[in-house]
Amino acid sequence: MAPALRQIEIPYLRRRGWLSLLPALTVALFLLPVLAGVIGTLLPALGFLPGLGERTFSLRPLRELLAAPELPGAVIATLVSGLLATLLAFLSAVGLAASLQGTRLFVWLGRLTVPLLAMPHAALAIGFAFLIAPSGWLVRLAVDLLGGGAPPDLPVPGDRLGLTLAAGLWLKETPFLLLAVFAGMNQLPVARFLDIARSLGYGPATAWLKVILPILYGQLRLPIYAVLAFSLSVVDMALILGPTTPPTLATLLLGWFDDPSLAKLLPAAAGGMLQLFLAVAAILLWRLAELGFARAAGPWLAGGRRGHRGGAGRRWGAAAALLLLFLASASMLALGLWSLARRWPFPAPLPIVWGLGNWQGAGPDLARALTTSLLLASTATAIAVVLSLGCLENERRHGLHPSARALWLIYLPLLIPQISFMFGTTTLLAWLGLEASLPALIWSHLLFVLPYVFLMLADPYRALDERYRRTGLCLGAGESRVFFAVTLPMLLRPILLAAAVGFSVSIALYLPTLFAGAGRYITLATEAVAANAGADRRLAGVYGFLQAALPLAGFAIALLLPRLVFRHRRGLLMARGRP
Amino acid sequence: MSMLPREGLTLAGVALRLGGRRLLGPLDLQVPPGEVVTLMGASGSGKSSLLAFICGTLDPAFAAEGRVLLDGIDLAPLPPERRRVGILFQDDLLFPHLSVGGNLAFALPPGLARSERRERVAAALAESGLAGLEGRDPATLSGGQRARVALLRLLLSEPRALLLDEPFGGLDEQLRHRFRDLVFRRAAERRLPALLVTHDRADAAAASGKIVTVDEDFSNDHKE
Repeated sequence: MAPALRQIEIPYLRRRGWLSLLPALTVALFLLPVLAGVIGTLLPALGFLPGLGERTFSLRPLRELLAAPELPGAVIATLVSGLLATLLAFLSAVGLAASLQGTRLFVWLGRLTVPLLAMPHAALAIGFAFLIAPSGWLVRLAVDLLGGGAPPDLPVPGDRLGLTLAAGLWLKETPFLLLAVFAGMNQLPVARFLDIARSLGYGPATAWLKVILPILYGQLRLPIYAVLAFSLSVVDMALILGPTTPPTLATLLLGWFDDPSLAKLLPAAAGGMLQLFLAVAAILLWRLAELGFARAAGPWLAGGRRGHRGGAGRRWGAAAALLLLFLASASMLALGLWSLARRWPFPAPLPIVWGLGNWQGAGPDLARALTTSLLLASTATAIAVVLSLGCLENERRHGLHPSARALWLIYLPLLIPQISFMFGTTTLLAWLGLEASLPALIWSHLLFVLPYVFLMLADPYRALDERYRRTGLCLGAGESRVFFAVTLPMLLRPILLAAAVGFSVSIALYLPTLFAGAGRYITLATEAVAANAGADRRLAGVYGFLQAALPLAGFAIALLLPRLVFRHRRGLLMARGRP
Repeated sequence: MSMLPREGLTLAGVALRLGGRRLLGPLDLQVPPGEVVTLMGASGSGKSSLLAFICGTLDPAFAAEGRVLLDGIDLAPLPPERRRVGILFQDDLLFPHLSVGGNLAFALPPGLARSERRERVAAALAESGLAGLEGRDPATLSGGQRARVALLRLLLSEPRALLLDEPFGGLDEQLRHRFRDLVFRRAAERRLPALLVTHDRADAAAASGKIVTVDEDFSNDHKE
């Protein structure tokens, strides 16, 4: 025991300036309104909506909801499409990683996940529908090669159970989960673990499943839950690929919220709560399944079975990866073709009359939608990047180590179905006098852009060797000079990539734009969905193609700019492990 | 500043704790100007953390006590950038986004005219046999050149003390000798007190100064 220890705090501590207010501001900016939005939807669900003169709490909205004849079908389609899509996306991501790791195809898949992820939901869904509809591109190609007559009579897209929707969601969400797998693998000495397992006689896929997956799964959990909540409540993709009579729950509710008579508002709010309940229940169900599997996996992990050399698995994995890449790129191509097609009758494999008429015809609306989309995306992204950098820099200066719970907070807007809180937030915005204003729109986009930007930035920021910063400080540069002259330039590439992700998220947003803009602002997303609903393939092709092209352009800039700026800085370009 | 008496670096009762566990110390140490004192000990004995404490960049997870004086000035209230304590790590940590010249100019005090900054960078490079490398990408230099540029950068910031965190560990045998001699020579020329952390006996011997051991047993003795 040391005698009378004087416990002196380090006298020099950074002044807690404005920077340390940023985390609180960030949380206030996007968590409080989400919670307020949930409450603002819960109250009308219980019959309380002073704006409509409803001031008595009752279960009437819930009873009206449950009495709606469309409800059972809507819930079934929602559950089938949402659960199936999540399960397939999870199995695909894990299966692809297990079967293909170590191959060149896997490296390529790693490079392509980010542009795949950038495909906006509406554009992907429209392109996918062009591809697989009975009069779609695939059937046309088949008829052209094999012969045949009229388009087959299939309820695709729009089958009652939502299977087409599940397929579209699978296409959209697999890259997201793959990205999470890649990000997790980057933080592990994967190659060494696998080498050890292989030298103990395990086949490559078995080694991955038994050694890497159990370590990795903790990091996949939140992304999986986000996919689950999103797939169960998606609106734009459901409007394009989902069933119509009845539609999925979220789509049904959107129609009710939009009903001009306002008679359906209260049951719609109750439906928002039902949607939230479905998402929470699905997440709990998944969690239970996790626990069950974890228990069952114990004997399997320790059972000593080595698995095969993995030739067959590898072939299946390669086939699945190629199918994914083919469907995504063919969807994009179909969008481009339709946007340039003046006449493309069935069963011609390619348009028979080409032209720019569709683009010119879209004219002023197209320009307006493009301007709004660009403005929203760049403003929301810029704010998100500044806030995220501020929070991360604050965390670093004060040596804070955020807990795993903090990650849940960041994921919260992605875990709560949009339709369950957007109505309440709109009420809040109206109360603040911001309804249908540009700031409200920007904020509603920020809500979804910020989590992605933060998540993309956090790892590279925290991984930056702390000694660079210390070196800068000891050379006499102050905190802010070190931040601007050392930290920012060294992180240029991840910052631009995070910005590109944020940009693509904003370009894709549909429901928040509708609610916060009160239908008065049109974006590429809203117009793509509207053109598709109007069964105008050519116009939908124009909007969809442009909507898909913008994020790709963003990623191209994010990848090329650092190469240009740092073309004579080999150390910075090579020190990159992530795909 | 140069009017200040050179008293060197003084540690008085410095101890580090992490999560209630005593890592190091209490340590009393005097490093006179122009001399190298060597701190030896097993890895994990808190040597690097001690240097971070002197720099003012210690992770707040650590608790520290004791005083550090540089030329009679208590460093505690000063932020790292005003302590004028230079540090060299095992890796050269040249900023990869800046040219060699940019790295050196980063360390120069502010307020100099652009032409003077350029001249001082060029002169420093020439003096070390690296003339004309200003425009080079640090990643294209040899290991020995990079180490020397890192040392030059440090000296251009006009430090009043030198902390050496195993800076010779990453170099091969021959380079190691030459770079070690260069560092010690520069420290002596400028009458800088230098504190060397290493677990290499040859480094300690070459420093030809006092050797202090902070090994496992030592910290165990003081465990509560």
